[in-house]
Amino acid sequence: MAEPLPVLEMTGIVKEFPGVRALSGVDFRLFPGEIHALLGENGAGKSTLIKVLTGVYSLDGGTVTLNGTSVRFHSPSQAQQAGISTVYQEVNLCPNLSVAENIFIGREPTRFGRIQWKRLRREAAELVDRLGLDIDVEAPLSSYPLAVQQLVAIVRSVGTGDADGQGAGTKVLILDEPTSSLDRDEVLELFALMRRLKGEGVAILFVSHFLDQIYEVCDRMTVLRNGTLVGEHMVRDLDQVGLVQLMIGKALDQLEELHDHQLHADVGESLLKADGVGRTGGIAPFDLEIKKGEVIGLAGLLGSGRTELARLLFGADQPDTGKVTIGGKQVSMSAPNDAIAAGVAFCSENRKTEGLVPDLTVRENIILALQATRGWTRPIPVAQRDELVAKYIKALDIRPANPEARVGQLSGGNQQKVLLARWLITRPKLLILDEPTRGIDIGAKAEIQKLVVSLSEEGMAVLYIAAELEEVLRLSHTIGVLRDRKLVAQLANGPEITPTRILETIASGEHQ
Amino acid sequence: MTTTTQQPKAPSNGTPSRAARVLADRRLPVLVTAGLFLVMYAIGLSRYQNYGFAETQVFLNLFIDNSYLLVAAVGATFVILSGGIDLSVGSVIGFTTMLTAWLVEKQGLPLVIVIPIALGVGAFGGYLMGYVIQNFEIQPFIVTLAGLFLFRGLCLVISKESISITDSSVSSMAQAQVSVGGGFLSIGAIVSLVVLAAAFYVLHYTRFGRRVYAIGGNEQSALLMGLPQGGTKIAVYTMSGFCSALAGLLFTLYIQSGDPLHATGLELDAIAAVVIGGTLLTGGSGYVVGTLFGVLVLGLIKSLIQFEGTLSSWWTKIATGVLLCAFILIQRTMTARRKT
Ligand SMILES: Nc1ncnc2c1ncn2[C@@H]1O[C@H](COP(=O)(O)OP(=O)(O)OP(=O)(O)O)[C@@H](O)[C@H]1O
Ligand SMILES: [Mg+2]
Repeated sequence: MAEPLPVLEMTGIVKEFPGVRALSGVDFRLFPGEIHALLGENGAGKSTLIKVLTGVYSLDGGTVTLNGTSVRFHSPSQAQQAGISTVYQEVNLCPNLSVAENIFIGREPTRFGRIQWKRLRREAAELVDRLGLDIDVEAPLSSYPLAVQQLVAIVRSVGTGDADGQGAGTKVLILDEPTSSLDRDEVLELFALMRRLKGEGVAILFVSHFLDQIYEVCDRMTVLRNGTLVGEHMVRDLDQVGLVQLMIGKALDQLEELHDHQLHADVGESLLKADGVGRTGGIAPFDLEIKKGEVIGLAGLLGSGRTELARLLFGADQPDTGKVTIGGKQVSMSAPNDAIAAGVAFCSENRKTEGLVPDLTVRENIILALQATRGWTRPIPVAQRDELVAKYIKALDIRPANPEARVGQLSGGNQQKVLLARWLITRPKLLILDEPTRGIDIGAKAEIQKLVVSLSEEGMAVLYIAAELEEVLRLSHTIGVLRDRKLVAQLANGPEITPTRILETIASGEHQ
Repeated sequence: MTTTTQQPKAPSNGTPSRAARVLADRRLPVLVTAGLFLVMYAIGLSRYQNYGFAETQVFLNLFIDNSYLLVAAVGATFVILSGGIDLSVGSVIGFTTMLTAWLVEKQGLPLVIVIPIALGVGAFGGYLMGYVIQNFEIQPFIVTLAGLFLFRGLCLVISKESISITDSSVSSMAQAQVSVGGGFLSIGAIVSLVVLAAAFYVLHYTRFGRRVYAIGGNEQSALLMGLPQGGTKIAVYTMSGFCSALAGLLFTLYIQSGDPLHATGLELDAIAAVVIGGTLLTGGSGYVVGTLFGVLVLGLIKSLIQFEGTLSSWWTKIATGVLLCAFILIQRTMTARRKT
C-alpha cells in the first residue's frame, strides 16, 4: 500500500547544548490523520526534538519540511502561524490571567481592534465544556490545580486557529506528556478529543511514559535513545516487551519483581495524628493516623482534595480547625518550618513553581532541604555532601549524572528525580510524596517505587499520592479515599481491594 | 458520612470556594485603595470643614496639582505590569521641561512644533531603553538607571541655569480653565484624565494590553504560548518614555519654567502611586484605575498636611512611606493566600 505523503518530515536533526549532544541525526515523520507516539527514557531527547521543531531552540543541523516545503521556525509564534500547535511538557500558561484568556490570548476575537470579551468568554466556556470540564472560565488560572491547568493548555492548543478565521488552523498538534497529571476520566476525554481531531485529518504527536496509553490511542511510534533514533514502528507490530527493550536497550525484568512483592507487616507505633483537621475551601475536617513504617496511599479523582490534604499536614496551608500531633507532641502547622522541624517532608507535585531552583546546580538543589534543616550556620562537610549527592544521583539514575549541571537544563523526568532526591536525603519521619512519578520513565518508576518500599521497611512513614490507582495499591498499607474534598474512607489494603473496588468507593462516597 | 451520599454529582474539579475567590480577586487591592481615599477624604471633611475643605475646588485641585504625576504613573503602570521598572521617568520629565523652555524661549519656536518634538524625544528615549532591554537581555533596572543619569546629564547640556517661560501662549494655556460641576479643571488635568482613559482601554480591550499582562505573569510561558513578546516589551518602554515626556510638558505648564533639577526623584513617586494603587511590583496583576487612586491618595496626603498648617511638609514623605509599606504587606498576604 502506498503511504500518503507526510505532513511533517524532519531529517538528520542535530541539537547540541554545551557539553551535551541532545539529538544526533534524528529522523522523524508525521502523517496526516495519525496519532504518533514519541518514546524514550527520561533525557532521550523527546522534548528537545519538539522544541527544535517549534522554534524554541535553534537547529544545529538537519532539515524540516512541512507539507513538502522546507521550513525553519525562529519562534513558537511562527510555528503556530504555520499550523503547529504545541502543548509543551510543563504547563506553560499565564497564572495571573483567567482561564478564558489563557485559552484565547494572542488570537482573541476582536472587532475594530477591540477585544470582544463576551464572545471570548462564551467561546472559551464552550471549548472547555466540550472537553467535559466543569470549571469557571473567568477564574484566574492559578486558582486551579495543576491537572486542570494542563487541560486548559490542551484546550488552548486545539481551539483551532484564530477566532476570526485567520491563521492556518491546526494541522499538527504536539502534546508533550499531556497526561502526566491527569486522571483516568480526563485521559479518556483527551483521547476522545484526539481521535476526533485525527478523524479531521490532524496529525498528532503524543509523548507519554504510560505505555498502556500508547497502545490504546496511537497508530505509529518513534523511539529515541540517548538522542539517537532507534526505530519507527506501527504500534500493532510491536508489543510492550519489545518496545521497552527498544527504549532502554535491554530487557527489563525488575518491573515484574515489584508486581508480586509483599507489603511488609511491621508497621510500628503511631507517628502522626490529625484530629478534625480541615480548611474552608480546601478540605473538610478529617481524622487520620499514620504509623511508623506505614505507607498510606491517597486515592480520589482530580480535585477531590488529595493535594489539599497533604498540604495541611505539611503546614503549606494553615488548617482552620483541628490539631495535628506528631510523635505525641502537638504541632502548630502555621508554616512548613514547623512541620519540617517535626520531621515531615513534602515533595510537591508542582516542581516548576514550588520545587526546584532552575538556576542552581543538581547538587545545590538536592542539598537544599537538608541544609535548611541544619540551619545555614552549620554547612554540611564537603566530603559528606558530595558522597550523599553522588549516592542519590546513582540511586535514582539522574542523567546526566553530573552534580554540577544546572537543574533547568535537565529533562523533565530528571528534574522530578532531583526533587525527590532532595527530600529523601533529609531522612524524614514522614515523607509526603505528591505524584512522585509524574513524568518519570518506566524503568525509573520501578526504581522509585522500590525505594519507597525499602524506606518504609526502615521505618519511614509515607503518604503517597498518585493518579494511577494500581501504583497506590501496590505500595500502600492503607488507602485513604477522597471525594468532593472529603476523606470518605480509609481501607486496609488486602487481596479484596482492587482498583474497581476503590472506584466504587469513590463513586458511592460511602464511609467504611 | 451521610452528607456525601446526598450529593451524587460529580466533583467540581476543585472550583475554589466563594470566600477564597473574593480574597483572591485581583480587584480587591484597588477597592482597598479607593476605600482608603474615601476615608481620608472624610477625615479631611470632618477636621477642616470650617476651612473650606468641603469646596468642590479643593477636590478638583487634586487632579490639577497631580496631573503630571498621574500621566507619569500611567506610563509606569504599563512597565510594572509587564514585570519591568522604569527609573528614568523623573529625568525624562526634567529634560522635557528644559527642552521645552529652551525651544520656546531661546529658539522662539511655537508650541505646536515644540510639543511634538518633546513627545518624540521622550518616546524615542523609551524606545532605545526598551530595545536594549529586549535585545541584550539586560535588567530593566540597570538600563533605565543609565537612562536616569543620561537624561539628567542632558538637561545640563542645554543649560546649567533654569529657564523661566514668559511666552504668552504658554501662560494662557496654563491658565485656561474648563468648568466642571462647581469648579474648574486645568488643561493639564483634562489631558491626564484622557491619558488614563486611553490606557484603560488599551490595557483591557486590545491584544497589546493583554500581552503586557501575559508577559508580566510569566515571560517564558508567554513566549511558548506563541505571543510576539519582543515588540511588546519595546512598546511598553516607548510608551513609558512618551508618558514621561507628556508629564514633562504638563509639569512645564504647571511650573512655567525649565530647570535641570525639576522632578528629581519623581519616578519614585510614580512607582509609589502604582504600588499603592494595587499593582504588583512583580508584574502581571493590577489596574490602571488603581493608579489613579494611588495618585489621589498621595495628593490628598499633601493637601491634608497643608490644611493642618502646623505640620512640616516632610510629613508627606513619612505618610507616603508608611502607606507604601502597608500596601506591600497587604499585597504580600494576598498573593500568599492566592497561591493555595
Ligand atoms: N536548555 C538545555 N541546556 C542544556 N541541556 C539541555 C537543555 N535542555 C535539554 N538538555 C539536555 O538534553 C537532553 C534531552 O532532554 P529532553 O528534555 O529532550 O529529554 P526528554 O526525552 O524530553 O525526557 P523526559 O522524559 O524526562 O521529559 C538531556 O540530557 C537534557 O539534560
Ligand atoms: Mg520531556
